[in-house]
Amino acid sequence: MKKRVLALTLVIAMVFALALTGCSKPAEPTTAAPTEAPTETEAPTETEAPAKQIVVGMITDTGGLGDESFNDSAYLGLTKAKEDFGVEVKVLESDDEDDYGPNLTAFASEKYDLIFSVGFLMADATKAAAEQFTDQNFAIIDEGGIVLPNVAGLTFKEHEGSFLVGVIAGLTSETDVIGFVGGMQFPLIEKFQYGFQAGVKAVNPDAQVLVNYTGSFGDPALGKEAALAQHQLGADVIYHASGACGIGVIQAAGEQDFWAIGVDMDQSALDPEHVLCSMIKRVDNATYLATKSIVEGTFKGETIEFGLEVDGVGYSDEAGNLSAEMVAAAEKYRAAIIDGTIIVPTDLATFEAFEVPEL
Amino acid sequence: MKGEKLIKKIWNSMKFPLIAIVLGFLVGAIFIIASDNSPIVAYQALFQGSLSSFSSFGETLYKTTPILFTGLAIAVAFRTGLFNIGAEGQYIVGAISAVAAGWYFQGLPHLPLIIAIVISGALAGALWASIAGFLKAKIGVHEVITTIMLNYTALHLSNYIAKAVLNPQVLEGTEKKAHTVSLTDAGKLTKLNEIIPQFEYSSAHTGIFIALAMVFVIYILLFKTSIGYELRSVGKNPDAAEYGGINKTKNIIISMAISGSLAGMAGAVQVAGLLYKVSQTPNMPGYGFDGIAVALVGQNHPIGIIFSALLFGILSNGSRKMQIAGIPKEIIGIIQGVIIVFVAADQMSKILEKRKKAKIKPKEGDEK
Repeated sequence: MKKRVLALTLVIAMVFALALTGCSKPAEPTTAAPTEAPTETEAPTETEAPAKQIVVGMITDTGGLGDESFNDSAYLGLTKAKEDFGVEVKVLESDDEDDYGPNLTAFASEKYDLIFSVGFLMADATKAAAEQFTDQNFAIIDEGGIVLPNVAGLTFKEHEGSFLVGVIAGLTSETDVIGFVGGMQFPLIEKFQYGFQAGVKAVNPDAQVLVNYTGSFGDPALGKEAALAQHQLGADVIYHASGACGIGVIQAAGEQDFWAIGVDMDQSALDPEHVLCSMIKRVDNATYLATKSIVEGTFKGETIEFGLEVDGVGYSDEAGNLSAEMVAAAEKYRAAIIDGTIIVPTDLATFEAFEVPEL
Repeated sequence: MKGEKLIKKIWNSMKFPLIAIVLGFLVGAIFIIASDNSPIVAYQALFQGSLSSFSSFGETLYKTTPILFTGLAIAVAFRTGLFNIGAEGQYIVGAISAVAAGWYFQGLPHLPLIIAIVISGALAGALWASIAGFLKAKIGVHEVITTIMLNYTALHLSNYIAKAVLNPQVLEGTEKKAHTVSLTDAGKLTKLNEIIPQFEYSSAHTGIFIALAMVFVIYILLFKTSIGYELRSVGKNPDAAEYGGINKTKNIIISMAISGSLAGMAGAVQVAGLLYKVSQTPNMPGYGFDGIAVALVGQNHPIGIIFSALLFGILSNGSRKMQIAGIPKEIIGIIQGVIIVFVAADQMSKILEKRKKAKIKPKEGDEK
C-alpha cells in the first residue's frame, strides 16, 4: 500500500514538473505572437487595400490538403491570389462529411469575404449556410445547382478535356484497346469517362475502351491493380480519373511499359517516359478568378462553367511525348468543340446518341 | 463508510484517465511549441471553439452524439469480452437503412417516422453485428477479423445502394446524384436551435437526448438485470460462466447484437439529425473507431462514456477554431493519441498487476 501511494505521488510530482516546464516555455512564443501577427496582417492593409483586409476562407473536402489533386489545386489558386492582391487565406480541413456545415458556419460567423467549398458533396451544406448568412459570399467547386445571389458555382467541362485526351489515346493506341480507370462511379467521374470514350470513338471507332472503377480516390494499389488487369487484356493507353489511385496507374505503366494519361494537374513529373499527357482541370484558375472578383467588387451569384474556350480544362504535355501530328488532331477537335460543331457527351444517354460529325 | 468507499472507487477508476488527459494536453503543448505556436493561444482557441457559447457548445454536442453511441456499443461488447471493431460497418448499414425507412414510411407523421427510422437503423446494425457474433459463437471465427471484413462489405454495399437503389434518379426520376434521396421534413430530428434560440447556427439536434437515454438503458441492462449479469460473467471468465450454467454461445450473439444495434442507431440518428442522406464515399466515417477510444477512456462504463465522448467532442470541435487560429489540426490527433496510449497503458498495468498477485498470493498464504 505504502509503495502504491509513493508511486502515485511520484507520478503526480512528475506531471507537475512536466506541467511547469510546459508552461514556462510558451512564455516566449506568446509574447512574440501578438507582436508578429499584427505586422503581418497590417502591412498589406496599409499598402494595397486601405479600406479593409480581405479574408478568403477555403474548406477542403475529406481529402484535405496534400491530396495532389483538386484541394491542392484550389489552394494553389488562392496562394497566387494572396501574392497578387494581398488577401488573407484561411483553410479548414473537413474530417468528415458532417463537418461541412459547421466549417462553413465557422467561417461565415468570422465574416470572411468569400468562402470556398471545395467539392460538390458540400452542395447542401453550402446552400444552407448561404441561406443563413445572406451577407456572406460563397463559391463552390464542381456544383452548379445552387441558385442564390451570394453563391457562385465554379464548374468545369471535364468531358471536353477528356474528349481531347481521348482523341490522343485513340491515335496512339496500336492494339486498339484503351483503358479508363475511374475513382468512384458517380456523375462527376462519368463525365470524364464518357467524354474520353467519345474522343476515342471520334478518331478510332474500332477501338475498345475498357472501363474500371476502383471505388476509391486514395489507394494507389487499387489503381495499379486495375491498370495491370486492363493491360493484360491488351490496353496500351490508360486514362485515369481516380485521384491518388492514378499514382498506381502510372506506376503500372512504368513497370509494364505502356502509356498512362494523367488527370487534374500535369502528372508527367511522376514518370516522364510513360505519361503520354495529362487532362488538366484548372481549379486554381477558378479560385483565383473568384477571389479577383471579390477584390474588384464584381462578384456575382452565378454558375460559371470553365471549358476549353477559357482554358478551364485542356491537355498538357510537359514531357513532350506528343507528336506534332497528334497535337494537330487535338487542336482540330478543340476548335470544333469551342465553335459548337461537336457537343461532347456527359453521360451514358448522351454518349449512346453521340455521332461523330465530319470535320 | 459506504459513501467514502464509493468516492474511493470512483476516484480509482477516474485517476488514470484524468492523468492521461493532462499528459495528452502537455504532450500536445510540446508539439504546438515545436510548430512555432503558442499553446496558450491554441488551447484558448480549443475551448473557446467548443465551450464558450451556446452555439459553440451546440457544435460540440453534435460531434459528441455519434461517438456516445459507438462508445457505448463497443463498451457492451468489451464487457462480454468481445472486441467489436465493426462498429464502423454497423454505423454504415444503420445510416443507409435509416434513409430507406425514411423513404418507405414517408407518409407517417413526425414522431412515428423518427421511431421507424431509429429502429430500422438499430435493427440493421444488430443484424450486421450478429453475423460476426454468430460466426464467433458457432464456429469460433475471431470477431476482430469478421467485423473488420464486414466494415468493407458494409461500405461497398452502402455505396451500391446509394448509386443504384435509393438514388434520386431511381426513386424520384430526377438527375443522377452521388447520394441517396433526402429524408422528408417529417423524418428530420428537431434542431436544438428551434427549441432554444441561443444555439443559433449550431448543428446540434435532439439525437443527443436519444443517446443519453440509451446510456441509461445500457446502464440498467448491464448492472441491474440478469441479462447484463450473464453478459458480464461471460466477459470476465467464459469457462467459469458456462460452468455456472450461463449459455456462452447465446450471450456472445446477444452482446454483438446489442452492440451492433447501438452503432446502427448512431448511423440512423446521424442521418435523421444532420446529414439527411447518405453519399457515395470511399472513406469510412470513422465514428466506429473513435468509439473504441471513447470506450477505453470511459473505462467501459456507461457513465464514464458520457464524459469521454464529451471530451472527444470538445477536442474534435475545438480543432476547428484552432485551425482558424493557424494551428495544424494534427495536434488534436496527437492529444487524442497520447490520451489513448496512457489509458491503454494503465489497463496493461492492471493486467500485469493481477498476474503478479496471482503468483504471489499462495506464498502469502503459506506465511500466514
